[in-house]
Amino acid sequence: MSKSSVNHVNDFTLKVATVNGTGSASANSLLMKSIFRMGVPVMGKNYFPSNIQGLPTWYEIRVTDPGHLTRSGDVHFMVAMNAETFAKDHAEVTPGGYLLYDSTWPRNRDLNRDDIHIIGVPLAEMVNQHFVEPRTRILMKNVAYVGALAGLLDLDLAVIEQLLKETFGERKAKLVKPNMEAVRIGYDYVLEHYDCPLPVRVERADMTRGHVVVDGNTTAALGAMLAGATVGAWYPITPSTSVMDAFSAFCGKYRKTEEGEREYVILQAEDELAAIGMVMGAGWMGARAFTATSGPGISLMNEFLSFGYYTETPAVIFDIQRVGPSTGMPTRTQQSDLMECAYAGHGDTRHICLYPADPAEAFDFSIRCFDLAEHFQTPVFLVSDLDIGMNEWMVPELKWDESYRPDRGKVLSAESLESLSGPFRRYMDPDKDGVPFRTLPGVHPAGAFFTRGSGHSKHGTYTEDAAEYQEVMDRKARKFLTAASHVPAPVIEYCNSTEVGGKKRVRPVRYGFLTVGSGDLAVREARHNLKEKGMEFDYCRVRAFPFTREVEDFIAEHEIVFVVEQNRDGQLKGMLLAELEPEAGKLVSILHYNGLPLASMHVESEVVDHLRKAEAS
Amino acid sequence: MSFMKKPRAHHSDLPRNSLGYTIRDYEGGMSTLCAGCGHDSITAALIQACWELDIEPHRVAKMSGIGCSSKTPAYFLSQAHGINAVHGRMPSIATGANAANQHLHYLGVSGDGDSLSIGFGQFAHAIRRNVNMLYIIENNGVYGLTKGQFSASADVGSRAKYGQENEQPPIDPVLTAISLGCTFVARGFSGDKDQLVPLIQAGLRHRGFAMIDVISPCVAFNDHEGSTKSYAHTREYYHPAIHADFIPPREEIRTEYEKGKAMPVELHDGSTIVLRKIDVDHDPTNRAGAIAYLERHREAREIVTGLLYLEEEGKDLHAWNRTVGDSLVDTQSRSDAAAILEEIQAGYR
Ligand SMILES: Cc1ncc(C[n+]2csc(CCOP(=O)(O)OP(=O)(O)O)c2C)c(N)n1
Ligand code: SF4
Ligand SMILES: [Mg+2]
Repeated sequence: MSKSSVNHVNDFTLKVATVNGTGSASANSLLMKSIFRMGVPVMGKNYFPSNIQGLPTWYEIRVTDPGHLTRSGDVHFMVAMNAETFAKDHAEVTPGGYLLYDSTWPRNRDLNRDDIHIIGVPLAEMVNQHFVEPRTRILMKNVAYVGALAGLLDLDLAVIEQLLKETFGERKAKLVKPNMEAVRIGYDYVLEHYDCPLPVRVERADMTRGHVVVDGNTTAALGAMLAGATVGAWYPITPSTSVMDAFSAFCGKYRKTEEGEREYVILQAEDELAAIGMVMGAGWMGARAFTATSGPGISLMNEFLSFGYYTETPAVIFDIQRVGPSTGMPTRTQQSDLMECAYAGHGDTRHICLYPADPAEAFDFSIRCFDLAEHFQTPVFLVSDLDIGMNEWMVPELKWDESYRPDRGKVLSAESLESLSGPFRRYMDPDKDGVPFRTLPGVHPAGAFFTRGSGHSKHGTYTEDAAEYQEVMDRKARKFLTAASHVPAPVIEYCNSTEVGGKKRVRPVRYGFLTVGSGDLAVREARHNLKEKGMEFDYCRVRAFPFTREVEDFIAEHEIVFVVEQNRDGQLKGMLLAELEPEAGKLVSILHYNGLPLASMHVESEVVDHLRKAEAS
Repeated sequence: MSFMKKPRAHHSDLPRNSLGYTIRDYEGGMSTLCAGCGHDSITAALIQACWELDIEPHRVAKMSGIGCSSKTPAYFLSQAHGINAVHGRMPSIATGANAANQHLHYLGVSGDGDSLSIGFGQFAHAIRRNVNMLYIIENNGVYGLTKGQFSASADVGSRAKYGQENEQPPIDPVLTAISLGCTFVARGFSGDKDQLVPLIQAGLRHRGFAMIDVISPCVAFNDHEGSTKSYAHTREYYHPAIHADFIPPREEIRTEYEKGKAMPVELHDGSTIVLRKIDVDHDPTNRAGAIAYLERHREAREIVTGLLYLEEEGKDLHAWNRTVGDSLVDTQSRSDAAAILEEIQAGYR
């Protein structure tokens, strides 16, 4: 072959284009997992439509070293199984790359790039010869392309067989055999007709030890279960639904008595207004309670979030962000609820938000949300997104901190209420940290008070008095300041840092990157690539609102800070400007908001563009 | 400070209940409602009912939405926790609180605007879940707090204070609740405490959602000639269908009831309600019959009161969920968390 070939062992991106509802999801997950089992780090991202059957769907797999499990922007190998999107898929392949298609039917000859390698496999024909039942034929065609890829990329068939056995378990063990037959159909064909393996391929390695493959909705739910949440209330909405599904499954297994009685209640509410109301009711009663939703649900919850802020009622809200505004694109990812969550509700409100970057952090932060909500007696958000929540990520194994004890906050017990000298006053500030004491219903008559969203004094009594109202609002502002020292600090990395006598010394470079949540890996990769081109950037990933001191310092230390986020309006930048009031012009937005996860290539080119323009002017 | 507390003088001569409390121990802050407002009479009935039932005041969780009616939980049971939610959303607060701790008495107070307009959905769904609580709608046909607009319970032909006539048909909370499968449905009148107190007591003891629609005239905006929710109109069209005598557990039924007219129903905790039929053509345990009966009397514009529908065997939220007997408030960290995590993660490799 005269054309160049992508020649990347354990370093390439493969994309599978299929039709929704044909069972390709499990085939793709099998593909990803088998690469992982071969000890090679792998990223899998599912771009699926808001549809049950018929619309196009893609699955992107990136095989790389552990640091770059993010979208790069390149596609080295396309598995084009959807006639409808064939032209687009064909065009997307990086020069020198490969395109596999089902050669049962003739290919559109107008689409014939000569800078890529075309691989035809008569998948449908072979599968139809082997299997009779129509639905089986559809499903097995997917398994057959996994087999073809196994041959082309040198995947281990034994690993694939083992994964199939685990997937089907004992109950459906008899399905392993036909699935392996389908694998063989694709595998044998490519071995006979092509030079296998290709230069782009997978080679066994030892780079996945100590890692797991899991999605962030599952880990957030796991965090909630282990943090001791006992009440979950929700209204189904993509992409958050799997949070409550997983919570329900975990509780069903680990939170039942021997008699089968549940130590939890999951309420499928009539809408999100009710879901958050139930969470507030349970939180007021003293239980750890949470809801999971997405942007439209947060919009509905606003009135209660304002109530929760003002009455100081603990609540945990998992927002799995999707593309807005309005219904938007429910199955695509975005970070466009940053402002909505931080300031949800009417009046002067602010909410503690934690921003996980991946499923491992979603687990840790989920637990921390419950502690923060009770410690600060306020609604707390876990601001995740569809990319983190619904895609399977390779992350370090989740760890349990044996010293963990739930922080139930300042709750007066029956004994301390018994010895209370005066009446209980709800909204005082005895410890000067802005955090009052609370009491729980039913514990002791001396603890009784009336929770109201209407004006109240520090005693908890109704007020319309100017000074009394303001005093409470000012204390709440102090409470929010206190929270800044309890939330996770940002992750900051400098290009130049040395340790002198156990003390870290840093010398900031001119430019910095600042990002949030699932932007992490793409920005890191861009930073890595830019460094190879001789451009250095320090790095800061914000992990919580309120912003901590370190974020303020990071901005101050750099001439320009590129704020990378996945929304159109630069919401994070807006919040940084409003909260920290940095020098004008210091923060430069790099935005990405088309619904796909952020790609490192995009970040890289935007920065280079900006700096080039700045230089020219 | 606008906080008012009634002086709590020691009334040694007042009668005490079995817990040693006088009725004063069940009172709350001073009402700020208009003098003569029906809602205040309902507050008084609630105080009496709880005192007579020997309920520990602090074992009650009081809750409400927004409106004049929803302010009233501040005026009774000052030793109980209360929560004044947002407009129309008290049912969700009650549901979550009850889910977390099933051992308290849940007492919700709402208005006709709060329950039948903005909160209609939550009202319906709390019924559907059969949350174990007493739910009182203080029904005056108007939005009192926002100064007299018609509510969804205003009758056709009823006139507002300044003359407009309501033309849209009302939503009747009683018919609605029965058709939604509510397990305890009653109607009372703030002006008839003798009838109301036992209804409240039975509702508090009922296992499941007990709804009492209490006609409660708004003297400021809906008590004039031409209004169908005025004191005068309610008295004129008042039609008690059934009287409920509440008899606590282990107490003997002493009254001699006329055969065929009285129907004792045992509640979950062993207490009894004796339903005394005033109208013989009404069977409060027959849902279809109850609806037909109510429709007949509605056509005659009569305000039928009493315990109109009762189903004692319905499962409540916790029965459906199969919740453990303990409250779900105490969260301890699990000693086996690491092992659980390890077991779960084995599936992610
Ligand atoms: C979201 C929202 N919308 C509107 C209001 C204004 N509002 C307060 S009370 C009320 C009506 C209350 O009517 P009802 O429940 O019948 O109570 P009543 O005052 O008659 O006892 C309204 C509309 C509000 N508090 N919240
Ligand atoms: S406005 Fe009407 S409902 Fe409100 S307190 Fe006055 S009389 Fe009662
Ligand atoms: Mg009203």
